[in-house]
Amino acid sequence: MFPKPIEKSSRSVQIGYQSLLPVALILWLLPLIAVALFSVKPAADFSTGDYWNLPSQFGGWENYGKVFFESDMPRYLLNSILITVPTAIGAVALSCMAGFALGIYNFKANLWLFFMFVAGNFVPFQILMVPVRDLTLDLGLYNTKTGLVLFHIAFQTGFCTLFMRNFIKGLPFALIEAARVEGVAEWKIFIYVVLPLMKPAIAALAVLIFTFIWNDYFWAVVLTQGAESQPVTAGITSFNAQYRAAYHLMSAGAIVAALPPVAMFFLMQKHFIAGLTLGAVK
Amino acid sequence: MTTTAVPPITPEPQRRSWYKRNEISVTPWLFLIPAILFFLVYVIFPIFQSFNLSAYQWDGLGEKEYVGLSNYKELWDDPAFYTSLKNNLIWLVLYLLAIPAGLFIALFLNQTVAGIRIYKSLFFFPFVISQVVVGLVFTWFYDPTFGLLNSVLGVVGLGPVNVLGDPTYVTYGIIAAGLWPQTAYCMILYLTGLNAVDPEQVEAARLDGAKGWKMLWYVIVPQLKPATFIAFVVTIVGALRSFDLISIMTNGGPFGESRVLSFYMFEVALSEYGFRMGYGAAIAVVLFLIMLCFIAYFLYSMYKEQKGH
Repeated sequence: MFPKPIEKSSRSVQIGYQSLLPVALILWLLPLIAVALFSVKPAADFSTGDYWNLPSQFGGWENYGKVFFESDMPRYLLNSILITVPTAIGAVALSCMAGFALGIYNFKANLWLFFMFVAGNFVPFQILMVPVRDLTLDLGLYNTKTGLVLFHIAFQTGFCTLFMRNFIKGLPFALIEAARVEGVAEWKIFIYVVLPLMKPAIAALAVLIFTFIWNDYFWAVVLTQGAESQPVTAGITSFNAQYRAAYHLMSAGAIVAALPPVAMFFLMQKHFIAGLTLGAVK
Repeated sequence: MTTTAVPPITPEPQRRSWYKRNEISVTPWLFLIPAILFFLVYVIFPIFQSFNLSAYQWDGLGEKEYVGLSNYKELWDDPAFYTSLKNNLIWLVLYLLAIPAGLFIALFLNQTVAGIRIYKSLFFFPFVISQVVVGLVFTWFYDPTFGLLNSVLGVVGLGPVNVLGDPTYVTYGIIAAGLWPQTAYCMILYLTGLNAVDPEQVEAARLDGAKGWKMLWYVIVPQLKPATFIAFVVTIVGALRSFDLISIMTNGGPFGESRVLSFYMFEVALSEYGFRMGYGAAIAVVLFLIMLCFIAYFLYSMYKEQKGH
């Protein structure tokens, strides 16, 4: 283990390390702590120019109440969910199938197709922007959640296929051969042999895609416009325009927008990290 | 173990169908068709369409007018393009700092004291929240009247500095905001990597008298190579995708000094400054070609690894 385990050091070093940890954490999260503090300060504090003292009274209920009941925020949150969940399902479904095909079968185009998915995944969004916007307009899906979902599914399929294919490559091939010897149809091998083994990969990808798509801003701006279809990342800019200089409300709004992926991360931490490291770093 | 899940085999029909006879070669394509279709329509074709579009003048609605290479000629003389390109380079170089910074934090946290797990998760926090929120948070952090940065600087008798309003500081200020989540990402990559470091090698090196920097550089870092590769890939891609932060924090300003190619392209093609789709496409092509160098390198590395197996 590196660095040297702290238990082997002297008592004072251990105490020093343990007290350094919270200090480092507070410094690291300082900007975020500031926003959390802002979000529970009453409006009066800001009008008297008192930014950095502790809240004169707890204004959290009022601030968050305003965000939830007097703004478009719930609408944006719902839109975000209606965009993220179908995307996660779609991208995982497509990539399970594609990953199975690329991970199990040997055929000439295999590696080329795989590289196509990998390469497409790295492409800058701007090179796709105008044609994708055009296509979405032509399909009559501009400013709809469906339009956004379809694009996200397609784009995320690249990353997901990379992940799934590598995962399936790591499964024992003998299982598939055994099933083939018994004459099991190939699609049944997929459903009954491979799919049950892919559960951890599916969980990892689902969490990851949820976070990526929830946090997407660029495509939300390019493909949607109004409160009826914009997700929360794009919505928060109009929210902020509405409450310009009302920092307590803007902070509360920012926290609300950030919370779902954070909750997702804490609930599914193991899967999340497995996904982020592409399973390549065990 | 899974054989119990396999359904009973149906008796084989007398004449095997065409599908049955070609099952092994046809099945992968059936499984691939939906993914390939989606990917071609939304990712691969648009790349070529953008290349094509960059030879036209188009406002997004009317007729396209073929102009050959004149969009690129205009780009050649466009000072805003050079500002963006220069900023892109700064982003690329400085963003890479996330890799050593992430390694440093990972080493700091790679202990087994009580509650360390929760510390690791909390250090990872910035990566999980959206860049839009990170942008807002840092905009307030930098605010010249009440921002935390200037409050701190004020205590030691410096400032106030209007980071986001000053053409010389603005790009660095935004990059610092971007480094925050990116460092967290690299940290988590290295933390997982450090778990896999071979303890016997470390012990052996210790017996040979290696410690500190020497140990890190000659024994640990080589073993972290897979983590470093992924950290490098995601950091480069992240640096060239920098759009959200700029759009939220400065909208390209002041005087367009914080633009990068990805933002400038959006501005030219879709913002109130005019719907110049062709010109935007030309900028996107340049950005794509820069990225292509890296993509080629990534793929080459992966290809080598595939061959090695």
